[in-house]
Amino acid sequence: MSMMKRMSMIFRAKANKALDAAEDPRETLDYSYQRQLELLSKVRRGVADVATSRKRVELQVTQLEQQAGKLQSQAEKALQMDREDLAREALTRKSGLNQQIADLQTQHAQLQAEEEKLVHAQQRLQAKVEAFRTRKETIKATYTAAEAQTRINEAVSGIGEEMGDVGMAIQRAEDKTATMQARAGAIDELIASGALDDVTGTGPGDDISRELESMSHQSDVELELARLKGLSAPQAPGQLGAGQAGAADPLSKQAEGEELR
Amino acid sequence: MSKPEGGLIIRILGEGQFDVAEGALDHLNELDAAVEAAIEADDEATFRPALHALLEGVRKVGVQHQVDEIDESDLILPDGDASIAEVRELLADDGLIPG
Repeated sequence: MSMMKRMSMIFRAKANKALDAAEDPRETLDYSYQRQLELLSKVRRGVADVATSRKRVELQVTQLEQQAGKLQSQAEKALQMDREDLAREALTRKSGLNQQIADLQTQHAQLQAEEEKLVHAQQRLQAKVEAFRTRKETIKATYTAAEAQTRINEAVSGIGEEMGDVGMAIQRAEDKTATMQARAGAIDELIASGALDDVTGTGPGDDISRELESMSHQSDVELELARLKGLSAPQAPGQLGAGQAGAADPLSKQAEGEELR
Repeated sequence: MSKPEGGLIIRILGEGQFDVAEGALDHLNELDAAVEAAIEADDEATFRPALHALLEGVRKVGVQHQVDEIDESDLILPDGDASIAEVRELLADDGLIPG
């Protein structure tokens, strides 16, 4: 038997199993309708859950992008001060962050697709549930219990199939969201633990900014000294080949220019 | 009930129902056989394109079934993202509608 055929038969059997025949078949209609309403609110919650996860990932991407931006400017500043080692360190950390940002963006796209699917599933189910409610009232009003049986079976299994489909969509979305929640949690922890803060450095724990800051203090002092002495600004401390005028240092160049004027 | 005359309703899970003319079935059956073979061989590499070809075939020949009509489908097909394992699960005996 073809896959399509087999799948339909099994799917139908499963969907119908959920609805036991009531003594009065018309009760089956009410029972089914009740289940439909429950499923509708479940799919609405599902949409909200996926949206929450998606927004969380968006927030993380923003945070990591800000941190990557900081590292970029730290690298630029370090280069201006002729500290290629620090610039290299900042860029290395930035590249690690970029990897994480790319992963998060992939997850974001997946969550968005899942959310769209679920929204469509909700719309389809909504339309069917409304149609079912109308049909339910017609069947109840027009037919005796015995006559109603066939019509009830048609309506109930028709909607049961839709419910099975929507139920699976919810399940898939829940599974995907759970996986991403776990990963998002790990990144939140990383941010909270300061491991990333250290890298990009808002706080005092940031080694790169600390060093850049102390260097810039030093070079301010040196510039000031040079100006006082009426000499050209010397190289930043710790640098080799200080004898040649600070060609690599834009700050001392500027200072020289001002002296000559 | 509004079954298309001489036609079928095919559901793609996660996507909805399509009305498909009877004449298109032979072609779809060929595509279906390819999917089935890939599942039997447990070959994910041929399974994915085969499943997509089958679903695309249905979308191409089918028109979307009226959304507010409650009709059972004649055939049901898995979601295009479904893995072989998930399709196997669909062909096994568990509950579908979550509590």
